Amino acid sequence: MPAPAERRIIFKHIDEPGYTPDLACYLRHGGYATLRKALALAPAAIIDEVKKSGLRGRGGAGFGCGLKWSLVDRKSGKPIYLVVNADESEPGTFKDRYIIHQDPHQLIEGIMVSSWANNVRQAYIYIRGEFPHGARILEKAIAEARAANLVGPNVLGSGYSCEIYVHRGAGAYICGEETGLIESLEGKRPYPRIKPPYFPAVLGLYQCPTIVNNVETLCHVKHIVDVGGEEFAKIGTPGNTGTRVLCVSGHVRRPGYFEYEVGRITLGQLLHEVCGGPLPGRTFKAIIPGGSSAKVLRWGETFTLKNKDGSTRTLAVEDIPMDFDTLAACGTMGGSGGVIVMDDSVNMVEALANINAFYAHESCGQCTPCREGSLWMKKITTRMVHGQARAEDGALLQGVADQIAGRTICAFGEACSWPTQSFLAKFGDEFRAYPAAKTAPRPESVPLA
Amino acid sequence: MSAAPPTDLVPVTIDGQELAVPKGTNVIEAARRVGVDVPFYCYHPKLSVVGNCRMCLVELGQPAVDPATKAPVMDPVTGRQRINWIPRPQIGCATTVTPGLHVRTQTPQIKACREGVMEFLLINHPLDCPICDQAGECKLQEQATGYGRGYSRFIEQKNVKPKRTQLGPRVMLDDERCILCSRCIRFCKEIAKDDVLGFTDRGSYSTLTCYPGRQLTNNYSLNTVDLCPVGALTSTDFRFKMRVWFLKQTPGIDPESSAGANTVVWSREGVIYRITPRDNDAVNDSWMADSGRELYKQVRAPGRLAGVRVAGVPASLDAAVARAGELFRAAAGRVAVVGSGRSSVEEQWLTRRLAEALQASTQLVSRVGEGDGLLVSADRNPNVRGALVTGLIRSLPAQRLDDLAAAIDAGRVTTVVAVGEDLAAAGLTPAQLAKVQIVHLGTAASPTSEAAAVLLPALTLFEKAGCFVNQQFRLQRFQRAVPGPAGAHDDLELLARLIGAAGGAAAPADLGGVWRELAAAVPALAGRTFTTVPDLGLPLDSAPFAGLPFVEGPGLHYTPART
Repeated sequence: MPAPAERRIIFKHIDEPGYTPDLACYLRHGGYATLRKALALAPAAIIDEVKKSGLRGRGGAGFGCGLKWSLVDRKSGKPIYLVVNADESEPGTFKDRYIIHQDPHQLIEGIMVSSWANNVRQAYIYIRGEFPHGARILEKAIAEARAANLVGPNVLGSGYSCEIYVHRGAGAYICGEETGLIESLEGKRPYPRIKPPYFPAVLGLYQCPTIVNNVETLCHVKHIVDVGGEEFAKIGTPGNTGTRVLCVSGHVRRPGYFEYEVGRITLGQLLHEVCGGPLPGRTFKAIIPGGSSAKVLRWGETFTLKNKDGSTRTLAVEDIPMDFDTLAACGTMGGSGGVIVMDDSVNMVEALANINAFYAHESCGQCTPCREGSLWMKKITTRMVHGQARAEDGALLQGVADQIAGRTICAFGEACSWPTQSFLAKFGDEFRAYPAAKTAPRPESVPLA
Repeated sequence: MSAAPPTDLVPVTIDGQELAVPKGTNVIEAARRVGVDVPFYCYHPKLSVVGNCRMCLVELGQPAVDPATKAPVMDPVTGRQRINWIPRPQIGCATTVTPGLHVRTQTPQIKACREGVMEFLLINHPLDCPICDQAGECKLQEQATGYGRGYSRFIEQKNVKPKRTQLGPRVMLDDERCILCSRCIRFCKEIAKDDVLGFTDRGSYSTLTCYPGRQLTNNYSLNTVDLCPVGALTSTDFRFKMRVWFLKQTPGIDPESSAGANTVVWSREGVIYRITPRDNDAVNDSWMADSGRELYKQVRAPGRLAGVRVAGVPASLDAAVARAGELFRAAAGRVAVVGSGRSSVEEQWLTRRLAEALQASTQLVSRVGEGDGLLVSADRNPNVRGALVTGLIRSLPAQRLDDLAAAIDAGRVTTVVAVGEDLAAAGLTPAQLAKVQIVHLGTAASPTSEAAAVLLPALTLFEKAGCFVNQQFRLQRFQRAVPGPAGAHDDLELLARLIGAAGGAAAPADLGGVWRELAAAVPALAGRTFTTVPDLGLPLDSAPFAGLPFVEGPGLHYTPART
């Protein structure tokens, strides 16, 4: 079956010749009409549309956006904040940066629509420190929008006022975790908060109810208001509505970013037809489908999945539709949409050493299992690839990873242990064979300790 | 504290034991009530909850109810309501009890969690307990024994961090031992109100340090040493001086102000090594000021008085008491007694008896400083209220001994009994000291001891037992930690002998005897004995003294009465 055509909604104008990130260009393309439309609607009606749309968060967890909004404490009398998570730091993910760089007003319009819907008077864009250019673009775009009365006091004469501020992070992966982000935004170390009691919807930024949404998610909100929730829900597949941007990196002929209806394209179609298949003379070996923390899939493996009626079906890895639920059923996740492809030239121990080095470097250090475990795993895999691998190291890695997952304050515990757990589950033979096969150090393949 | 009314009790089940705990209790505290130990490092009942050590992971469950009918779902096997257990373990410190909450702490999952956290905490920890000052009172040591696996799978290099960072004048940090629990950071921020500590770097390389250009200098810095569950923070005064398991612990009271922080005095073979706070949730929680911890040094200070003297010449106690009797008779009607707000209730009682026997005027030396709003109050005498309760004084002491000075100048007073006070420090001039005969009970050399006609060396707080009445009118007991030096005598004995020399009725020279008199004569202490004063103190009725203009401002667990 040939791959369906891309359906670009969010990325409609990305890389379009002549499309510029300024307000005039955005207005020429019909920009801010949705904001005008939204301001004429009751906020509750917009929330209803978002609920009907079935939109799921594009940041990684795939949590229902409408549900997230409905959990917000609206009775406290405190201000409600909207925080835009533009801390796109999951390795393998590079979608939000294109929206910010090339179409910032789409995001701003999404923010304004969502803010109106949730009675938000102050919205913050938390952008990762490594995006200085993106931050400047956003600042400029907000200034333009403010000058055009699209942001700020009395938006478009509606009487509604909302300011948007850009806050630059200082370069920490953990700031993508919503409560770590909130702490950082408050000027503290980004130590994720304990939940309970600090659910952002109740005790978020400055202990006020707060909505934290991903950049792509908020852009989708604009389109939901555009076309209506029910119409939006027809895009994609039931329970996995809309489009999403998939970022393919690694060993394919044509890596890049592609926007597809969720669940309408399979992993095989994406890699073979869209990305041109493996590099010449190579074969696919392993796929991480949702950013580096997602569990790895082995090319060639099959899954036995339960159908709704109780029967089972067998699914080959290349036939997995790229949606939230099927990927979860296959033991991994859609995550942030970063598809990392590894071919047969890759040694999985060395690949894991690289991932472990990243997570050891990024653990915030607040809680014990992740702080100590992530560095320990890194030390083990670093030692292995430096010629001192032992036969028992695979089992040890597994033991360490098992002591982290599910016992930490935030999801980083899973993020840092899932790679190890899945690499061992899917490629355990390589870890067992590694001590004999690799006695010489390979210092170029992983960072030194 | 009075028992909470039953409506505020929440029924919970912990490891199969059913109990009811006050609303707002967390799982660790609830479990403690039924003797179930939930181990922890970062949690402290008096600090904010951060949940970072992950040692207190427990399994939680709620009784199952049918979502539609709200009817209990029964388990056909046990015949009891089924429990929906949360699959993931949860931290006990941050979980407040809810009605019907079920807690399991002894499952294989929780055992594995604790073993995991223990292993993680130890991999980068220097396992050199034999040379670590914390050994013997180290939570890591204790809980490794109780909850660890007993072996390590770690063969990599341990992290290297700074070993000797002087955080402040009194606190030393070994970052390699630190388990990053953040108790010290939270204490400084939340209790001492001196936000000076923080972490730098991240992950396993996180390092405790002071903010740039700052030092841990506040007067509560040593509480971080007490709070530190491991050997990371140590007291520069105490570190490497003595193994803690050799030390005897004696309950004491911090005498530096009327706050009356409860303390533990740690001693061995008659030598005091350190003073730490003793938990008392009504007075000082778990804290005390650094300044109060150094006071033990007066025991062996240079200038300690250790020999009875008459007119500067060594003499026997009998001779000295006889000489005092002569002075009293010679100056009949012209004797003044200067009592002390640092004397115990018992001593103040006998001082009053002495003054009555001599028909002498009495005054107390006032010590007023600035209160710090926490545990050092404005009244630097620990026991002015004791003097009121015992009737030694009827009003608060004047700022200076002006009345006494005037009486001396006018010749109305020719003999002064100075009980534990230096008259020069209290404002008398050398000329005034020279003009009178002085009978002095004291511990340290001073102008008064130099000038004394009869010098009676007495005991420091740490060498005797007694009671103070703090700013809350709470009667608090301290015990004798170490014996006094040769040549010094118990204050009660000295006072009793002086009462005899003054021609008063025989006075008791021991605590039991004094308390029999106190119980009979002081309404607030009716029926009480020294041995039955509760360990955490006995609140006395403050109503008789309600109108007095006490100097203390607000402090921990203390709000001054508004007039």
